[in-house]
Formats: sequence, C-alpha cells, structure tokens
Amino acid sequence: MIEFRAVTKRFEDGTIAVDELDLVVEAGTITVFVGPSGCGKTTSLRMVNRMIDSTSGTILVDGKDVMSVDPPTLRLGIGYVIQQAGLFPHRTVLDNVATVPLLSGWDRKRARTRAAELLETVGLDSGFAKRYPAQLSGGQQQRVGVARALAADPPVLLMDEPFSAVDPIVREGLQDELLRLQGELGKTIVFVTHDIDEALKLGDRVAVFREGGHLAQYAKPAELLSAPANDFVASFAGRDRGYRTLTFLRADVPVREVTTATLGSTVTSNGWVLAVDENRRPVGWLSPVDGATEVTADKLISGGSLYDGSSLRAALDAALSSPSALGVTVDPDGAVVGVVQADDVLKALATARAAGEVPS
Amino acid sequence: MGWLFDAENWSGATGIPVRLLEHLAYTWLTLLIAAVIAVPLGAYVGHTGRGGFLIVGLTNGLRALPTMAVLILVVLWAGIGDLPVYTALVLLAIPPIMAGTYAGIRAVEPATVDAARGVGMRERAVLLQVELPNSLPLVFGGFRSAALQVVATATIAAYVGAGGLGRYVFDGLAFQEYDQMLGGAVLVAVLAVLVDLVFVGLQRLTVSPGLRPVGTGGKS
Ligand SMILES: Nc1ncnc2c1ncn2[C@@H]1O[C@H](COP(=O)(O)OP(=O)(O)OP(=O)(O)O)[C@@H](O)[C@H]1O
Ligand SMILES: [Mg+2]
Repeated sequence: MIEFRAVTKRFEDGTIAVDELDLVVEAGTITVFVGPSGCGKTTSLRMVNRMIDSTSGTILVDGKDVMSVDPPTLRLGIGYVIQQAGLFPHRTVLDNVATVPLLSGWDRKRARTRAAELLETVGLDSGFAKRYPAQLSGGQQQRVGVARALAADPPVLLMDEPFSAVDPIVREGLQDELLRLQGELGKTIVFVTHDIDEALKLGDRVAVFREGGHLAQYAKPAELLSAPANDFVASFAGRDRGYRTLTFLRADVPVREVTTATLGSTVTSNGWVLAVDENRRPVGWLSPVDGATEVTADKLISGGSLYDGSSLRAALDAALSSPSALGVTVDPDGAVVGVVQADDVLKALATARAAGEVPS
Repeated sequence: MGWLFDAENWSGATGIPVRLLEHLAYTWLTLLIAAVIAVPLGAYVGHTGRGGFLIVGLTNGLRALPTMAVLILVVLWAGIGDLPVYTALVLLAIPPIMAGTYAGIRAVEPATVDAARGVGMRERAVLLQVELPNSLPLVFGGFRSAALQVVATATIAAYVGAGGLGRYVFDGLAFQEYDQMLGGAVLVAVLAVLVDLVFVGLQRLTVSPGLRPVGTGGKS
C-alpha cells in the first residue's frame, strides 16, 4: 500500500508541482495518475522512490515513511519503469534485467537465471537475451524495461508513461500483457499516463490531476465516466464519455441466430450470410442474393469488430461496425455463436439502468 | 634511407631496438601517470557536474604550456635525467585524457543515468557501472590523441641527455648526419601509427558492442 498524506512539492524556482496530495493506493491494485502535461504526475510518482524529495507531507510505502530509508535501499525494493524504457545501452538485454538482483547481492548465476525467466514472463524468447537495447524495437525495449523492474520481485511498481513511445497497436498489446501479468503477480502499481483511454483500461482506480498539482478526482473508472466530480474531469474524460461508460457494463444482450456457411459451400438465403472457416471462425459477410449461390472469398465483405461477451461497448461496437448491422458474437476460441443487434444493446442498457446497475 | 636498413644500426646498446623500447617506455609510463591523474579528475567532475570550469581552465592552461620550457625548467631545478622528461610529457598528456573523460561522461544520456539511480545504484555504481562504460569511446579518443602527442614529443628526451628515438634526431642534427636524423623521424612516425593501432585494438575489446552504431555488429 502507498499512502500520500498532504504531500506538497515546491521546486527551488517556486513552481508548485504537487499541492497537498492525499491519496491511498491499495495493495495489489493498479492506480493510474492521469492529467494534462505539467500537472505533477511524474513528480508525484518520483517522490515515492525519492528520485524527488517532497517539500512537506508524508509518503508511506507499506506503512513505512520513505524519508526514513536511504534512497538506494528504498529503490531496490521498488520497481521503476521509465518512458522509453531507459535501458542501459552498454548492457545486453539479459544483463539489463539482471541489474537489480545483482545490486541486491544475488550471485551472478542466480541473477542471470532469474533474468532469463523474466524475459519469458514478458513475452520475449531467449533469442533476445544476448541482444543490446539498440537492436530492439520500441515495444520490445518496453518489455525489457518491465522485466528489469520486476526482476527482484518488488511488491511495488512505479511506471511513468511506459507505453507512450510505441504505436497504438503495440501499445494495446503491452497494456493487455500488463493486465495479464498483474493478474498473476498482484503488485501494487502506480501508472502514469496522459492518455485517458489507457487510464480507464488499466486502472482499478484513476487519479485525475489538473494543473498546479491538484487532484481533481480519485475514483474507479466507471464512476469517473458516469459521475465526474467537476467540469474539468468531465471534459478531460472526453466527449465519448457516455459511450465509454458502456466499457464497464456487463449485461445480457440477447444473442440471435445467424445463417452461416463454410467457404466453398452453396447457400440459399434471402438475408445476410456469415462465412466461416472450418473452425467456425468468421471470415466475412455475404450480402443478400436471390437464389442459390456459392460462397467464395471474392464475394465476401469483411466484417466489423467481434463481440466476446466482455462489455456492452464491445457489443455495440460489433453491431455498429458490421456491414450487416449484426454484431458477430464469438466464444473464447473465436468460433461464432450468433449475432447481437444495436437496439438490443440499448434495451439491455435501459434495463440495467432501471435496475440501478448504472450509476447516474 | 640507407641508414634505416643498415644492419649495424639494429644491434648493440644504442641500436634501434633499444631506442624503440626506451621510447615506448617513456610513452607507456607517461600515459599511465597521466591517466591516474586525469581520469579520476575528469570522471569526478563529469559525474558531479560541479567544477566544469576547473577542467576547462586546467586543460587550457596546460595546453598553453610550452613543453620545451617545462623540460628546461625542471632540468634547471632537478638536473638532467628522467624526471624532467616525464614531467614535461605528463603535463602534455593530461589535457586530452582529462577532456576526453569529462566530455565522455557528460555525453552519457541523462535518461540512462536517471535510470541507473532509479533502479537503486549508489553514486559509485552509477559512475563505474554506467557512466564510465558508456563514455569509453570518447575516453579512448582522449587517450589516442594523448598517445600521438607523447610519442612525437618524447623525442625531446634526448635533448636533455636521455634516450629514446630522439637520440637519432638530435645526434644526426649535431653531427650533420641527416640520414640518421631522417631515419629517427621515420621511426617515430611508424611508432606513432603502431601505438594508435594498439589503442584501436583495446577500444574494440573494451567498448560494449551495444555502443557501436546500429547494424555494425553486437551479436556476440
Ligand atoms: N526540476 C524541476 N524544477 C522546476 N520545476 C519543475 C522541475 N521538474 C518539474 N517541474 C515543474 O513541475 C510541474 C510538474 O511537472 P511533472 O513533470 O510532474 O509533470 P507531468 O504531469 O509529469 O507532465 P508530463 O505529462 O508532461 O510528463 C511542471 O510545471 C514542471 O515544469
Ligand atoms: Mg511526466
């Protein structure tokens, strides 16, 4: 657990970067600090491992005042992931990851074994171990950065915009990976970003900062969207707030039947036909035709996003992005189970609202 | 050129091999003493960022010193021998080594140094495990330019009665044996190139492959 008690940071030039911050990061959860540039996110984060010392107030990590521990010792027990990874260019990937265990006094062999394990944990195969950071892509460097921070198995992890320098697709992959890892490891994580979508996706709780180092709201993602504390949070959370709220809603949407056909077969149907492969995975839509027709790849219209039963947002998006207006619903193996329709999603939302499941 | 290939000149107590070794000894010991002084100073100031003016002032001041004047001054004070030679050469070698080390450490990415502290390194480890290894290319630059200057200038040892390849140059001059003088100068030039090659080799061995420009290796 990390506790900020009335923490203020005033730099020598008089800038107040953080103003009377009170906040508790529960053990085993991800708290995201989000806000516009210069609002004090990095400063708040770096006061936890004393890369910056607070001017007043107290920070407790697992009940212990950080000011009572000497900085290098404190930092060995707190994983730190930095924007653009901050890897050591002169060390191999393996030695980068082994850094903290070695500093903590492990023998070289054990540190290396542990480092190799961790590379696997973050999804890098052993071929990467001998490479140098300059020979990795941005996304791979970030993975190494995460592995390095985890190497000595610290209970607390600080991450400062770790994924901001990679393209959106890679970033999404890294976010999913982090959530998967967190599911296994259950660390206490503080994650800084200025991307509200990233914050809402990763955070168990989200702290929205505003200029001058003030905490505008500290709440669960769904609450932030449905009940912003003030106009600043409302506007920062963005225009699509209502739509995004759906991300956090799970409700039963009726899944309807759909005509499917494997490639190469012949179908007779006067509605849309969903073409599937031999494992019943969707491959595309066949628009309505009169009479029998053979299902061939060149006649298919590619489909929209898939709905895996996760949230109302995914269901609505599947329906809206599908050429047939039917959102393809799949099981965990990716096989088609049926389709959902947009008006069914809206009805499900209305039902949830009536039942008081949607905070409003 | 006949002098250089005359077998007689390649043997005996004043033969070319002996003079070459003497010259190498001056160079090696000079660089060692200069390194012991200049590397820690350059590294310390580069690491703390405090006293940069000291490095600039010291290097400029030393560079402005005429080596010959230092040599003669020390001879007047301590007499003929190795002391004046080493004093003059060490003062010559310090500025490039110190400047190279200082510049090398300052040139390490601040983000890399920040990461070193962030993962829990103490200041000593930050300097020894991160800053120095990353500054090696520039440190070597300083050593190579110091070595070139020292090899060339060590000829003056002969001027105050000591050995080295300078003997041939000064004796040749004195006895108007221009053959010998030219031969000595050529040997100095060849030695300078060889010493530089040694440093290139050392640099290859010690600089991390990760610091080479991307695409030129590193798959060790
Ligand atoms: N060393 C420093 N000296 C003076 N002011 C500083 C210093 N470091 C940061 N600041 C100021 O403190 C404020 C907060 O900075 P901080 O880096 O915490 O912002 P941030 O929220 O992380 O921003 P970004 O999203 O751009 O990274 C800014 O106004 C910044 O200019
Ligand atoms: Mg920042």
